[in-house]
Amino acid sequence: MRKSSFWNKAGTRSVLASLAAILIGMLTGGLVILIVGLSNPSLGLKGAWEGIRLVVGGLFATGRNAGGSLTFGFNTTSFGNMLFRAAPLIMTGLSVALGNKAGLFNIGAPGQYLAGTVGSLYVALSLPTSTLPAWLVWLLALLCGMLCGAVWGAVPGMLKAFLNINEVLACIMTNWIAANLTTWFFDASNLKNVLEGTKSGYIYKTSTVMHDVLMDGARSTVGAVVPDGAEVIAARGGVATGKLGLDKLFSGSQVNGGILLAIVIAIVIYILLSKTTLGYQLKACGANRYAARYAGIRDKRNIVLTMAIAGALSATGAALYYLSGNTEFFWNTYQSLPAEGFNGIPVALLAINNPIGVIFSATFMSMLQICGQKLTELTAFNEYITNVIIAVIVYLSAFMLVIKTWIGKLRKGKAVNK
Amino acid sequence: MPFLIRQTLVYAVPLMIVALAGVFAERSGIINLALEGIMIFGAFMGVLFVHMVQQWGWFQAAYDAKNYLALQGFCALAMLFAALLGAVFSLLLAFAAINLKADQTIGGTALNLLAPALVLFFIRIIANQNTLNMYTGDAASWFMLKKAMFGYGRTQQMGFLGSTFVDKVYVATYICILVFIVMAVILYKTRFGMRLRSCGENPQASASLGINVIKMRYAGTVISGALAGMGGFVYVLTTANCSSNGDVAGFGFLALAVMIFGNWKPGNICGAALLFGLFKCIAASYSTLDINGDGVYMLKNLNINTNIYRMLPYVITLVVLSFTSKSSRAPKAEGIPYDPGKR
Repeated sequence: MRKSSFWNKAGTRSVLASLAAILIGMLTGGLVILIVGLSNPSLGLKGAWEGIRLVVGGLFATGRNAGGSLTFGFNTTSFGNMLFRAAPLIMTGLSVALGNKAGLFNIGAPGQYLAGTVGSLYVALSLPTSTLPAWLVWLLALLCGMLCGAVWGAVPGMLKAFLNINEVLACIMTNWIAANLTTWFFDASNLKNVLEGTKSGYIYKTSTVMHDVLMDGARSTVGAVVPDGAEVIAARGGVATGKLGLDKLFSGSQVNGGILLAIVIAIVIYILLSKTTLGYQLKACGANRYAARYAGIRDKRNIVLTMAIAGALSATGAALYYLSGNTEFFWNTYQSLPAEGFNGIPVALLAINNPIGVIFSATFMSMLQICGQKLTELTAFNEYITNVIIAVIVYLSAFMLVIKTWIGKLRKGKAVNK
Repeated sequence: MPFLIRQTLVYAVPLMIVALAGVFAERSGIINLALEGIMIFGAFMGVLFVHMVQQWGWFQAAYDAKNYLALQGFCALAMLFAALLGAVFSLLLAFAAINLKADQTIGGTALNLLAPALVLFFIRIIANQNTLNMYTGDAASWFMLKKAMFGYGRTQQMGFLGSTFVDKVYVATYICILVFIVMAVILYKTRFGMRLRSCGENPQASASLGINVIKMRYAGTVISGALAGMGGFVYVLTTANCSSNGDVAGFGFLALAVMIFGNWKPGNICGAALLFGLFKCIAASYSTLDINGDGVYMLKNLNINTNIYRMLPYVITLVVLSFTSKSSRAPKAEGIPYDPGKR
């Protein structure tokens, strides 16, 4: 009796449907690899089998042994990098999930992510760390990034609320405008990486230490080493997210405290959505905007607010990624949008818009990315197969409802047979 | 001036045909957000077709003999192939949206994610890099019309009309215009088109008159896929030297905006596409644009930042939409799964 009530719970069915989607996605990816392997004599069945094993267990791959066959084992670098990459995905996933809960399809996450990148990187690289402590600069950078993201997210929100423009279209347009503005902003700024001559199109890492100096009467910027006879006006940079000991736990990886912050924010959003009046109002607007208005909820304000919060969340993802100190931003990006933004969509859909679920689906998604990386490193296949898997999962989640009904019928069928 | 018109057409025509693709899907009741993905897929398939056929050496003889007619036929075949595969790809959306009553926005997004992923996966395996080029030669020498083909010498001029519409253009552009006109007539002047449009307005009423709504919606989505696939190939043929890299730089989404801007009507879409094409053309080549032929690059002398020109199409879309969204005439039943029992 208790067992059947467990199976009939809506939550269980949702989790099962998500797991089914993941399974089918993985199978599709495996099938594509198998077909490519069999049709390519240089790869063959053996190559395909190696590819399939890496797609499933790439997280544990440790390379190849002397005999040339794949070796597996616990790998702190891969684990740490998975957690590091999960943090921005959790944030963009939360952004899309919040939008979905309020009935808005937030495809504007890439643009908001760029806004967060601009805001946080500008503050982190411009404020003088010679007068302010580095942690304060980090915090201000994060907050400025969030603010930029919130403003950028509010734009399509206002267009939707006051001018009745479809939010999907408004978001897509603001994405491309953001891409152009970002390129313009960094092109005009003095943050382009010129100290390392080989880098073109990148700006400084936030951990780079720079000195504004007065040399022979002219102002210039030099790196960590100040030449003789130059007078230092201010030092900038040297900002990075705290490691909080995680780097010792996962040695050799890029992990830092960002993942913990992301998890805390996910819990905050969960509480906001399920335990507060504001959350209730947002969900009511999502369920039926006009009914909510009839009940005295200010629907327009809520739409703008939802998009602003969603924008701030995406932007936080960007800040956590780029403030880490070991990532650099390619600013000449006017023709492409950041994949982290779009990946928020599958993360949210896989978690069925549950903020706590987002933590797990984002981790899964970043695990897939690690698998893809290993696939490129160790075999003739490449990382794009993981994007195929993600796309199949999104495709399946479009008719999650049908899958849930199937699962329900499956259970019922068994019950009848007994 | 001839250059400006020619370049505008290069950008406007793919936009136009892909926006019409959107019209066919939406008029039958299916929101096709996957236009971008289908374009990417069609572009890849067209380029792959050209690549493989060249590899087999089928048209090498025609190329060596300067048999331009045969080469144009080859180009048309590639367009047809891209259209065919685009139609097949769009079946994924049709199946999810019609048979499984899926959320069409998410389904379209899935296709937009799937197309570049699949395409890049295969390109990397085929070409060992992130771009698939033609097997030999370039698009201009194989498929472009040049004045030399019409017996003009290197220094001879073709006149205004000739140098605008004949010299240095692709026949593919004109094929697209022709297809656009034919499809627009089909949508408005035939029984099939009328039935298709009725399914996007009130499918239950259409069904009561004996129209098979499911079949019509499949037809709308598949035609949409074919047009978008062809548009994708023509776009990379004319702007990217017939190479595919899993990206069409947001052109599919721009086409979606053109469609809404054009109020789901072919005539208006034509005008909107020309306007957007003009801005795209200005953004791409404003610094060397000599509008009235006096040797002065006027737009460059205005000293406006490049990024402003690049942003213009998107900003204008938002501005125009904010003025017209109140009077927009979207098909009434678009995005709503067909339920025969509902009235």
